[in-house]
Amino acid sequence: MSQHPAMWKQPSTHSSFNDHATFPLAQTQRNSAISHGATQHTQQPLVTGTSVLGIKFDKGVMIAADNLGSYGSLARFRDIQRLHPLGKHTLLGVAGDLSDYQWLKRELDSLLRQEEALSLTDSHPSLSPSNIYDLLANLFYGRRSKMNPVWNAVLVGGWDKNKKESFLAFVDLLGTTYTAPTLATGFGAHLAQPLLREAYEAKAGIDGKGPLLTQEEGEKLLDDCMKVLFYRDARSINKYQVAVITEEGITISDSKSAPTEWSFAEGLRGYGAQTQ
Amino acid sequence: MFRNSYDSDNTTFSPQGKLFQVEYALEAVKQGSAAIGLRSATHAVLLTLKRSTGELATYQKKLIRIDDHVGVAIAGLTSDARVLSNFMRQQAMRSRMTYGRAIPVARIVQSIADRAQTNTQEYGRRPYGVGFLVIGQDETGPHLFEFSPAGTGFEYYAHSIGARNQSAKTYLEKNFDSFEHASLPELINHGLSALHDTLQQDKHLSIANTSMAIIGPSDSSIEDLGISSAAQRGNFRVWENEGVDGLLRAWRRSRGEPEDGPAEETPVAAEEGVEAGQTAPGSEQAPAGAPAGGEDITMEE
Repeated sequence: MSQHPAMWKQPSTHSSFNDHATFPLAQTQRNSAISHGATQHTQQPLVTGTSVLGIKFDKGVMIAADNLGSYGSLARFRDIQRLHPLGKHTLLGVAGDLSDYQWLKRELDSLLRQEEALSLTDSHPSLSPSNIYDLLANLFYGRRSKMNPVWNAVLVGGWDKNKKESFLAFVDLLGTTYTAPTLATGFGAHLAQPLLREAYEAKAGIDGKGPLLTQEEGEKLLDDCMKVLFYRDARSINKYQVAVITEEGITISDSKSAPTEWSFAEGLRGYGAQTQ
Repeated sequence: MFRNSYDSDNTTFSPQGKLFQVEYALEAVKQGSAAIGLRSATHAVLLTLKRSTGELATYQKKLIRIDDHVGVAIAGLTSDARVLSNFMRQQAMRSRMTYGRAIPVARIVQSIADRAQTNTQEYGRRPYGVGFLVIGQDETGPHLFEFSPAGTGFEYYAHSIGARNQSAKTYLEKNFDSFEHASLPELINHGLSALHDTLQQDKHLSIANTSMAIIGPSDSSIEDLGISSAAQRGNFRVWENEGVDGLLRAWRRSRGEPEDGPAEETPVAAEEGVEAGQTAPGSEQAPAGAPAGGEDITMEE
């Protein structure tokens, strides 16, 4: 099965073979032999979160994600926070399966608690954003190699206290890793990333050597992008949060909405029940 | 055979509250040759006295590199040290692989201390017969720890373990106030003086029996950076054999002694041919491939 967001929770009715090409999946077998006894791995996400956006600005990093947990195409959970702080200077923005996200939160929180307990005796600083990112990349790649992926795409944003610089990087369920001054997951990578890059490069230049966006400019940019995503991504909701990570720490905004304009919809033809 | 009736099983306390097997293990550490560690605000240094089991044997290595930022000096059973240092290397690698982070020094010491502790509490096991001095540097600066078979891992400004270490400890205790702000050469000189105090009357520090390890920024006035990339980066590096010669000379100079060391170890003019062949293998006087000075072969390297 493709892990592209467009394919999430789409039943494969057109084929008598499943898309993993493991064995012919007779209709009668669906609910018998597989459901009890045999080991099962996550084969598709169920409750999902859509795009996460991230951008570096002059004093740190900003990450934005909406508050929706979709059940297929149903807007099932409308008050889910998909931004999760880890310690004082690291934050995850998570797309994909939300139960895997909850598991991930528990694991990482427990690791950080352990680190904190150890630092009581040796005063050693806790894991940096890049340490946590390395761990996630290893975890995701290890799990996909066991054919049991952690079904998420994650942006890690943070502030590195030693290097005195911001950190922003991507890792997904295949263990794919990359880093850039602007990042987006899922549909955001198609719809928002070009806008983020355009605004970033307009100031910083293609080589990124010029001045970065200010916090106000960055927040304005993310507001614009979240609006575009709400207009065009059917798994999104007009209710989102923006996290700001700087040397001082993390602040996560309250949920907010972008002002939208729908009068043009009156003129649309070709969808729904229409008389003419 | 038994010294008392409470030492046949390491998990049983004596009425005085002692675990005798653990105390005997500490005794094994005292039998090992001396190791000394000291620390300044910028550097940590280990100095050890190497022993050879006989004329034809090499001097036993006492310093083990664990990772770029951690190394240990051992005193006691070498085979136990190998097992423990191997474990430390695994821990160090694991941290680098999973987190991309050099393991904090206190944590790696704690990991072997925890291992040693289980040996003092579980039936049918024996304590390790080796003690470590561990130096390292991490985000909180340079460190010196002692690991003991009792399962403890304490941090020190300066410490010594192994045979006759009390004399070194006396020296360290008298001088440790000045270690904090000492330069690397000063720190090494203090270490060599302390190490010298552990020697028997007629013995002297030489390039054959002295080895040392340094962590912290390099000092080109005493270290040959051309032969050690670890030194250039401030990583754990070991100086021994010819490599320690310059450091020993600087130390003797600082004490107002003749730079070449005590008379019995310096070449007399008449024996120059033999000695030159030893100290500078490959010189014209020594035929290629033939060991020079047949009665005094060492098997270093």
